[in-house]
Formats: sequence, C-alpha cells, structure tokens
Amino acid sequence: MNMQSFSNSASGAIVTRMAERIVENRAYLSEIDGKIGDGDHGVNMAKGFGMAAERLKDGNAGLGEAMNTLGDVLMSEIGGSMGPLYGMMFTEFSEVIEDKEQIDPATFSAMLHKGLAGIQEVGSAKVGDKTLLDTFVPALEAFDAANADGKSFGEALDAFSAAAEKGRDSTIDMVAKIGRASRLGERSRGVLDAGATSCAIILTTLAEGAKENLAEPA
Amino acid sequence: MQRFINNPDDVVDDSVRGFVKAHKDLVRLSEKNRRVVVSTAAPVKGKVGVITGGGSGHEPAFVGYTGRNMLDAVAIGELFSSPTAKSFHDAIKEADGGAGVICLYGNYAGDNMNVKMAVKLAAKDGIEVATVVANDDVCSAGPEERDRRRGVAGEIFMWKIGGAKAASGASLEEVRAVSQKAIDNCRSIGVGLGPCTLPAVGHPNFTIEPGTMEVGIGHHGEPGIRVEPLKTAAEVARDMCKIVLDDHNLAEGTEVAVLVSGLGATPLNELYILNDTMEEEITARGLTIHRTFIGNYFTSLEMVGATLTVVALDEELKSLLDADASCPAML
Repeated sequence: MNMQSFSNSASGAIVTRMAERIVENRAYLSEIDGKIGDGDHGVNMAKGFGMAAERLKDGNAGLGEAMNTLGDVLMSEIGGSMGPLYGMMFTEFSEVIEDKEQIDPATFSAMLHKGLAGIQEVGSAKVGDKTLLDTFVPALEAFDAANADGKSFGEALDAFSAAAEKGRDSTIDMVAKIGRASRLGERSRGVLDAGATSCAIILTTLAEGAKENLAEPA
Repeated sequence: MQRFINNPDDVVDDSVRGFVKAHKDLVRLSEKNRRVVVSTAAPVKGKVGVITGGGSGHEPAFVGYTGRNMLDAVAIGELFSSPTAKSFHDAIKEADGGAGVICLYGNYAGDNMNVKMAVKLAAKDGIEVATVVANDDVCSAGPEERDRRRGVAGEIFMWKIGGAKAASGASLEEVRAVSQKAIDNCRSIGVGLGPCTLPAVGHPNFTIEPGTMEVGIGHHGEPGIRVEPLKTAAEVARDMCKIVLDDHNLAEGTEVAVLVSGLGATPLNELYILNDTMEEEITARGLTIHRTFIGNYFTSLEMVGATLTVVALDEELKSLLDADASCPAML
C-alpha cells in the first residue's frame, strides 16, 4: 500500500465543486431523465446540492463534515428516490472519514464500501438494473484493484474515474429493472440512466479534487 | 398552456398554504414541518394513527384525505416525487396517539425507501409503525407480479376503510389487516388522452399523439399496456371495465364500490358519460354497485384522462366505507 493521502480538513471544497457540477448539469440530467423517467432528476438534484452548497459557503467545513451536511440536506429536504440513496451514501462516507485527519487509499476504499452498504440498505437494486450502482460498483472495484496492484493513490483515482464513466455509459444498453423506468421494459434501452449519470459526476469530481490535494507524508 | 403559478419552485408550498387556509376546520400545517398536514382532530390518545404521503400534483390526493376518522397526517413531496423520510417521520410523530401508527402508501421506489427509513427513525422514538403498500394498478405489472404493481386511486378506499377502523378503537394489527384487505380488494386502470407538464421542467415529459390514447397509463404518465386510436366513450369504458374486472375475477353477486376519477383536465361531464356505460358493464357481470364516486379524486396535474377503481366489499368493508368521516376531498 502506498503512503499518499489527502487532507480531510482542507478538502471540504470538493463538495462545493460537486454541487456546482450538479447545478451546471441541471437541464442535462432532467433531459436524460425525461426520456425514461419523469424529467425531474436535474431539478431535484440541483435543488438539494444547491441548498447544501449554500450551507457550506463559509468554507470552514472539512470533507467529512461537508459530506455530512450534504447527506443531511438530501435526506431531509429532497425525498424522491435520490434523496435517500445519495443521502445515505454521503452520510456513510462521512462517518468513515470524519475523524481522520488524512485520507489514505485504505480509508478512501473503506469510505466507498460503507457508502455502498448504505445505498444497498435503503434501495434494492443490483448491478445491471440500470441505476447509479452501475457507475458506483465498477468504480469502487477499479479503485480496489488498482490498490491491490500497487498503483499510486493518484493512479487508483484515475482508474476509479475511468470506471465510473465507463459504468455510466454501460447503462445505455441496459433495460431498467427497478424504479419508474422499469415499467418501460425494452423501451428503456438505448438511453443513459439519469442516476448513473449524476453518480459519475459526483465520483469523478470527488476523484479530481482528491487528486489535486494529494501529498506525500511529511 | 397557461397556468396559475408564482414561481415553479414554489408550487408545492404555495399550494399547501392555500389548502390549509381553505380547510382550517379540518386540517392544520405541522409546526415541525411545512411538508406535513395534520388533522385538527389528531393525535387522538389511544387511537391508532393513520398516515400516508406522496408526491404533489395529485390533488386532492394526498392531503385532501386528511381529516376526522380519515388520515391523521400526510407527508407531502415535491411534484411527482416522494416525500422525504423526515416528512414521513414527522407525519408519524404528529399522528401518534400512543397506540401505534399505520402508514398506508403507494408502491413506488422512492416512497418505499423513504417510508422504510422513517419507520426506523420512529422505532428510535418508541413508536410502533405498521405499513400497507397499495398495488391496485392492474396494467403496471401482470397478475403473477402483483407486488410490483403501483398504487393508484384504490388508495382512497384503503385510507377511508383504514381510517374508519382506527376510529372504531381497533388495534394496530386490526387496522393493518383491514387496510390490507381493502387494497387487496381494489383494482384500478387509467386511460390517458393528453400529457402533463411539471412546471419546473416546462415541457410534457411524455407524449400522447392526437387521435390516440394510452390504455393503462400511470399516475405520472408511466406508459400503459397499449397505445391505440381514441375510441368512443362507451368503447373506452367497456375496455376499462374488462381489464379491471377480468383481473378482479369476482363472484356473481359480489357488492362493489366504484370510483371514477378524472386525471386533472377531463371535465366531470365526460366522467359521467364514462360511468353511464361502466355501470352497465359492471352490473352485467352480476355485481351489485353499493356506491359510486365520480369526481377529481386523484389527479395527475393537467393530464387528460380518467381512472376506474372497483373495490369488492364484504359486510365489514361496507360498514367501514359508509362510516362517518369528513375530509376536504370527500365533504
């Protein structure tokens, strides 16, 4: 295991950047959701992430605390399916890292696993059902595999982002098995899943921010 | 289309405020949560609390069924989007009279998740919560997959019957059992003639070509089982009855209640035209209609279309359906 890490307390801005990306993609996420869902994914996500960014604007929160704020806002203000799923994910992420000063690859991996467990506790989707898990699970697996291969933290984060994007794109050819789009059966094939797409935005922004803040141990 | 809106982002809060102002005698806004409406009679000490929750845009559902001997509290979501777990949890707390709370809600992914989390939160408060999930929409999944079917207007019968049972002083388990029986005895179908638009999205999120109709459409425009050329009201009414009653498979002589609801932009006049044929079709199967409800009971914004719900009644369900109650949607 390599020794690189990034600072928890200095990385709260990653969550603000995530919120910016989600808000920028408000119309796009709603548009892809509208093809097989009811077209409000971007609206609801932008509302929740925007609200969290507003609460974090003094910039004092570290990554763990910022994730906890975001998780709280999503669970208490957003509802729908994405409120509880992303709400649990960020709350669980935060639990793993909140009392860590430095986040190393082992902590980052533990955070991802805890977040996945949180998602699976509230939802019942599996990989291949055309949901955000099709982005999340391959990304997590790629990160763990890169670590096992002795790659640097930065390389593992690159592998994580690439797998997230590939996972997102894999949903195009899937038939939805869960949620509103599942009622469409075959008619749900041929378009991206909106949750998988927002999940890729979240994970790649997380990796990008973590990578920028990487430092060798002093 | 022209609409009465201030700001698309404020539609839910503006509407809830207007609702509460109109029906102060029956409902109030929760002091804990601006997305929870509570019966002025709640909580009743020693009575099982009865709650539901769902997305907005279906008015008078869900809020309109809050009232005396009906729902004690209702959690309110964004348009077509499940309420938060926090709102369900606050509704549970508002309804809690110390005898447990039942949550009677519809089978949608978001509602399932948020209710599950709310039940956990309530358990930490020491409130016992039972749930019944409505799945009366025949066209949303085959008969072998009833647990995947969505909940639609049959929920109204489930609320009325569950609310009356709770008001009679029954235990949580008794309220759960009769609410489950009520929804098990319901079958519904929707037919859509025109789509609806979420104000913040700004364009219809599905299309129904002029001259066609979507048979089996869901309450958010979920596609049905077939798209076909628009037929006469009598033909559509016969098709709706056939789909509902074939799935229901009731014995001759069964008593039923019938609910025909507009989806938002269909005039009552046309609902009566549909019912003219529906009444004949239902009685032709040897069923006896105990009561018929015609109106905008469970809508989908400005969707053009109608739903039919048939609930089979036994003596218990009949007396609970007829029991005294008052709520804004069924005055």
